[in-house]
Amino acid sequence: MTVKLSSPEHWVAQHGNYLFRFAMVKLRDEHLAEDAVQETLLAALQGQKNFSGDAAERTWLVGILKHKIVDLIRKKVREPTLVNVDEPLEFAHDEISEALFDETGHWVTPCQDWGSPDKVLEQKRFWHILNECLKRLPPQLAMLYSLREISGMDTESICKDLNISPTNSWVMLHRARLGLKQCFEIHWLGDVREGVI
Amino acid sequence: MLTCKDASQLMSQSFDRRLGLMERAGLRFHLVICKSCQVAYRQFDFVHQLCQRIAAEPADITSMQPGLSAEAEERILIELHRKQDEH
Repeated sequence: MTVKLSSPEHWVAQHGNYLFRFAMVKLRDEHLAEDAVQETLLAALQGQKNFSGDAAERTWLVGILKHKIVDLIRKKVREPTLVNVDEPLEFAHDEISEALFDETGHWVTPCQDWGSPDKVLEQKRFWHILNECLKRLPPQLAMLYSLREISGMDTESICKDLNISPTNSWVMLHRARLGLKQCFEIHWLGDVREGVI
Repeated sequence: MLTCKDASQLMSQSFDRRLGLMERAGLRFHLVICKSCQVAYRQFDFVHQLCQRIAAEPADITSMQPGLSAEAEERILIELHRKQDEH
């Protein structure tokens, strides 16, 4: 059976936006996401004969995209600007913990309940706030957090790619989570109170 | 005795690795007596769970976000045609 394949124009028109948004979630960088889409469609063009036609075209393209995203993340985390080897992050000044805990290690202000995700849930709103809050974290922490929680990479591969020890990664992820908690406390709850959600 | 800061470290790590027996016991004991840390744990879990949902269905959840720019679309099409012409 020969499978009728679509033209590049059709791919871009039908799936371009979908693939781009998919890549944006994982990469959080417009240029990298565009690169991911381009490389995916180039690979698709080359690998057309491998497309069995069993899967939907979009599913097939997303499958390729996932691999391209992993490649791009690997490339990105190796950029020297991202991880400053001269000043390992675990020794860097930890402003986030200082703001949240007093000198005896207790919370400065009691934590406030946000409700359960199902009740308050508005995923698009959440995504918007999460992005804003990630931008306010130190870039290394935001990168590490999104590799772990959004790309779902395991600690072992992250440590290998970033060249850090597991202990460092746990310390950094803790800081990232505290930073997000602090930011969400203001934006998520603020919006709920003002009736935006 | 764990401080809230220690407890928060363990709570965070419980998303990244399996805690040891003593760590789990210490954390559990702290959570029984500390309301604020109970809430903090739910907050960590809240963000974690929502991230997982987005990771599972990224493009659907962000369908309100802008898509490919016209420039990017054009650039990608040029690259695709160039590749096609090679064959």
